[in-house]
Amino acid sequence: MTSLGADTRATEGPIVADKNCEKIHHITESIRCCGAGTAADTEFTTALISSNMELHALSTGSKPRVVTAMTMLKQMLFRYQGQVGAALVLGGVDATGPHLFTIHPHGSTDKLPYVTMGSGSLAAMAVFESGWRANMEREDALNLVKAAISAGIFNDLGSGSNIDACIITASHTEMLRNVEMPNMRVQKERKYAFRRGTTAWKTENVRDLVVNEQITFVGGDAMDTT
Amino acid sequence: MDHIDFNRLKTGEVNLGTSIMAVQFDGGVVIGADSRTTTGSYIANRVTDKLTHVHDRIYCCRSGSAADTQAVADIVHYSLQMYSQTASEPPSVHHAASVFQKLCYENKDQLSAGIIVAGWDKEVGPSVYNIPLGGGLFRQPWAIGGSGSTYVYGYCDATYQEGWGRDETVNFVKNSRVAALALAMSRDGSSGGVIRMCVITEDKVERLFVPGDELPKFWEGHEVLGAPALKKHSGVDTGIVPMAVEV
Repeated sequence: MTSLGADTRATEGPIVADKNCEKIHHITESIRCCGAGTAADTEFTTALISSNMELHALSTGSKPRVVTAMTMLKQMLFRYQGQVGAALVLGGVDATGPHLFTIHPHGSTDKLPYVTMGSGSLAAMAVFESGWRANMEREDALNLVKAAISAGIFNDLGSGSNIDACIITASHTEMLRNVEMPNMRVQKERKYAFRRGTTAWKTENVRDLVVNEQITFVGGDAMDTT
Repeated sequence: MDHIDFNRLKTGEVNLGTSIMAVQFDGGVVIGADSRTTTGSYIANRVTDKLTHVHDRIYCCRSGSAADTQAVADIVHYSLQMYSQTASEPPSVHHAASVFQKLCYENKDQLSAGIIVAGWDKEVGPSVYNIPLGGGLFRQPWAIGGSGSTYVYGYCDATYQEGWGRDETVNFVKNSRVAALALAMSRDGSSGGVIRMCVITEDKVERLFVPGDELPKFWEGHEVLGAPALKKHSGVDTGIVPMAVEV
């Protein structure tokens, strides 16, 4: 079993561009990839490899393997010499068992039992280093992942909003979108809209922007197949 | 940048700071490495395996950029697989080293890779080849590499002796291997973690592992002013744990 987790904040410098983005990307049914770094790079890189993995599976006739996705990703990233800013955590279960890899933008990979990436990786790794044990049950693993992502959300400015998780087993992959939402906006204390008439006016002039309307049907009803 | 500047790594690139070494003895070679991979001052992987299989009896020790060395080792691994199929016999260590050298020399401007190739073959027996940054090829009876190696040149020069046989010395070699690596790891910030070793002989490849808390301890240093000195005994009892055996 492999469990993956991610926060949901996408930033443009100091500004939060997306408060609830999806960072856990689909590679195959039983393989998912968390992406940190440049959002466009992670999005397109994972999509490309996902497509190639499907073609590869059809070509080989076998269930896709995590190492295949890892090799495809690392060879592409190495080719671009770090210009593609994708730092990925690739995890899944295949015919050989559960696997977890980390792939850096320059194309180096590590195979480990627990990994973190991104600006909040140090905070998350601190949680893993104190809490991880071998052969954890699903619930313990999920709690650990949630705790690690929380550490990133609350202690790293580049991470925030909600927690996404994904549990992958041999038989089934469960995507837990927004499994925890520890940053919901509080209910506003009152309605802050201005009353009509707050701004004084002298004259009112209402114009219809549609001056003349003529409806002409083009091409007939049926599709033109001439 | 800081002391790893000589490796000319790009910002953000993952670095195998490293202490690696390989020693040839009568029946085979012993190779060893630390296990630390760094990105700047963060340790990205504290249990890295820098001893990479490129063929049944040929391994390489990687230092420098993790991405570069992994990519090069993968290409060599593929190349040697093809060679085995076409030549119907395993490649010689010299051939493997030449493939490495070709890649490292012809791409020397783009790469940051210091590699030690070591193994056993039928023609020559055991051999160790050092391929430093520029892509030169140097066959040596023993070789050290990586940022941590600079701290143990003196130790290795003083300790190495020719003509070590198998049994009596596999232990001694392990000790000196481990000792040299432990010394390098204690002085070099970019090296650390655990020690991984491989003993490659005609029959098999034996992987050995020394956890971080069982490293031999040397002079750990102490505050001279004030407090009474606590003399540390230089223990070389390494308690090496044999791992799964590869044939």
